[in-house]
Amino acid sequence: MTLRSYVVSRILLTIPMILLLLTLVFVIIRILPGDPVLVHFEKQATPAMIEEFRRQLGLDKPLEQQYLEYVVGLLRGDLGKSMADFSSVGQQIFSAFPATLELSIYSMAIAVLLGVFLGARASRSYNSIEDHSIRIFGIASYAIPVFFLGMVFQLIFGIWLHLFPTGGRISPGMEPSGLTAGDFHLSTGLYTIDSLLEGNPSEFVEALRYLFLPSLTLGIVLSGIFVRLTRSNMIETLRLDFVTAARARGLTERAVLYGYALRNAFLPILTMMGLQFAALLAGAILTETTFSWPGLGRYLVDRIAFRDYTAIQGAIVFFGLLVALVSLVVDILYAYLDPRIRL
Amino acid sequence: MTRTETRGRIVVQFLPRVASLRKRGLAGWITIIGLAMVSAVVVMTVAAPWISPHDPNEIGAGPVLAEPSESFPLGTNHMGQDMLSRLIWGGSTMLQVAVLSVLVCLAVGVPVGLVSSYAGGLVDKSTSLAMDSIYAFPGLVLAIAIAAMLGPGVVNMSLSIAVVYVPSYYRIVRSQVLSIKELPYVEAARTLGASGRSTLLRYILPNVLPSVVAVATINFADAILTAAGLTFVGLGLPISTPDWGWDLTYGRRLLPSGAWWVIAFPGLMIVILALGFALAGEGLSELLNPKLEE
Repeated sequence: MTLRSYVVSRILLTIPMILLLLTLVFVIIRILPGDPVLVHFEKQATPAMIEEFRRQLGLDKPLEQQYLEYVVGLLRGDLGKSMADFSSVGQQIFSAFPATLELSIYSMAIAVLLGVFLGARASRSYNSIEDHSIRIFGIASYAIPVFFLGMVFQLIFGIWLHLFPTGGRISPGMEPSGLTAGDFHLSTGLYTIDSLLEGNPSEFVEALRYLFLPSLTLGIVLSGIFVRLTRSNMIETLRLDFVTAARARGLTERAVLYGYALRNAFLPILTMMGLQFAALLAGAILTETTFSWPGLGRYLVDRIAFRDYTAIQGAIVFFGLLVALVSLVVDILYAYLDPRIRL
Repeated sequence: MTRTETRGRIVVQFLPRVASLRKRGLAGWITIIGLAMVSAVVVMTVAAPWISPHDPNEIGAGPVLAEPSESFPLGTNHMGQDMLSRLIWGGSTMLQVAVLSVLVCLAVGVPVGLVSSYAGGLVDKSTSLAMDSIYAFPGLVLAIAIAAMLGPGVVNMSLSIAVVYVPSYYRIVRSQVLSIKELPYVEAARTLGASGRSTLLRYILPNVLPSVVAVATINFADAILTAAGLTFVGLGLPISTPDWGWDLTYGRRLLPSGAWWVIAFPGLMIVILALGFALAGEGLSELLNPKLEE
């Protein structure tokens, strides 16, 4: 199969998956027991008010028509209207997304760097005390609720040591504006990038200080799987002939480990990054809530508190689409890097 | 061969492997330590009515937000409730939710996986696609959606967690069946006239079970963490139920006061329980499927 036909078939496979996902969310929110409108009002509204409310949100139409409008609306980027104030859910999600993206990027970077470093060390000292403790770390990091770890960090580094802020994304009034040159304006919504575009190092440092605790928390929790993966891959690789050959040529152990063996683990790590994206988003929801980080996760949790079901549905669909998109990109990237996969 | 004989054989094959855990090196020890941690929590929870010094819901059992002391070894919370009593009682919800959701997963994931992979064809393709779609979805997000609609309660919480993890069971069963059904002994059974149903239940299922046991053990840890996560986003049980997840969630608001004991102890209990299951599952999967680890 050529790369092009692989890409086409992979995209075609994504379409039924997305349709299934949309249907699943629709079934959960609209058809499972529990009428969203009634639950929203908690029995504190007259029937006439409820009718009017349904009509405004389009919830009075037959289910199949609602379903159709929902799918067609999505194609146009319309995620429905919020039950709270009839504002566009899509717009709110797009404005919250950069915060989540920034947190995710830094967390994933910490998870991969920490995981690969520890995994490589463990494989070098296979079956020693160091190896065992790193393995235990890998399992333990998996068993810690991310919000518990976050609170422990907040307590130690924020409240006791006053080293890092415990919540928020940046001090009020310091939000970076991005690059402005005449009429041209470029802003990514990622504070660490926008502050650099603006050429303001103090804002950059401030943004990093706010990012540090949340991304360290989420990064540590996600690192366990990378520890495991790197360790088992490297143990296998270190037994191969080309490693022995490299050692025979007198290369230092460090060069063999990081220059030769680690390269072989690159593809599985890339795949795992794609697979972990869903876990990353789930972790982000809890981390954002812990650190009052104004992203998608906190938006979702806020909406749950308000019993705003249309917004909950929109946010969940967005999460699902994001995961489908990322796994598509990772698969294509993988096929490009490793032609065997296309066979 | 009668049915009881077949069952007997499964038990005989399975038990000695688990019984001689200590002789099996690190994986055996990991399993023992994990199971010991879980058992300790279970014993404490069951014995709660006898060992708890106060009623876990008693408001004003002591001063408000008292540090750990001799009379309140784990301190008190913002309502003057005794944290030690809440800790002793608080595991029951999580254990119930974990057991119930794993049971639901087993009851749905295993049979669907068996049938779908054995039948093959369109049935298998469409079931796989549906399961893969759920599997790809961020688990917590899906559980949040379902829990938000079903409302609070132990059963509802367990169901919303179960939906997320059924695909894991389905996938492991399916991949095992696909490789086992090509083995000569299965072919032999079929040649000797065993029906599809009995091939599946008597010859294939027994060899699938060990992997399912390992997945289920690790899944207890997932269920506990997901339950804690659901509580943290506000979809937990009513306040009247003492629960580590709830104490931890409320503890966040008390953090600025520096009351570390309100979050530290319930948090550690969740870690102990989840880690116990994770260790046991890790050890078991290495003991039962040595090849998977290589």
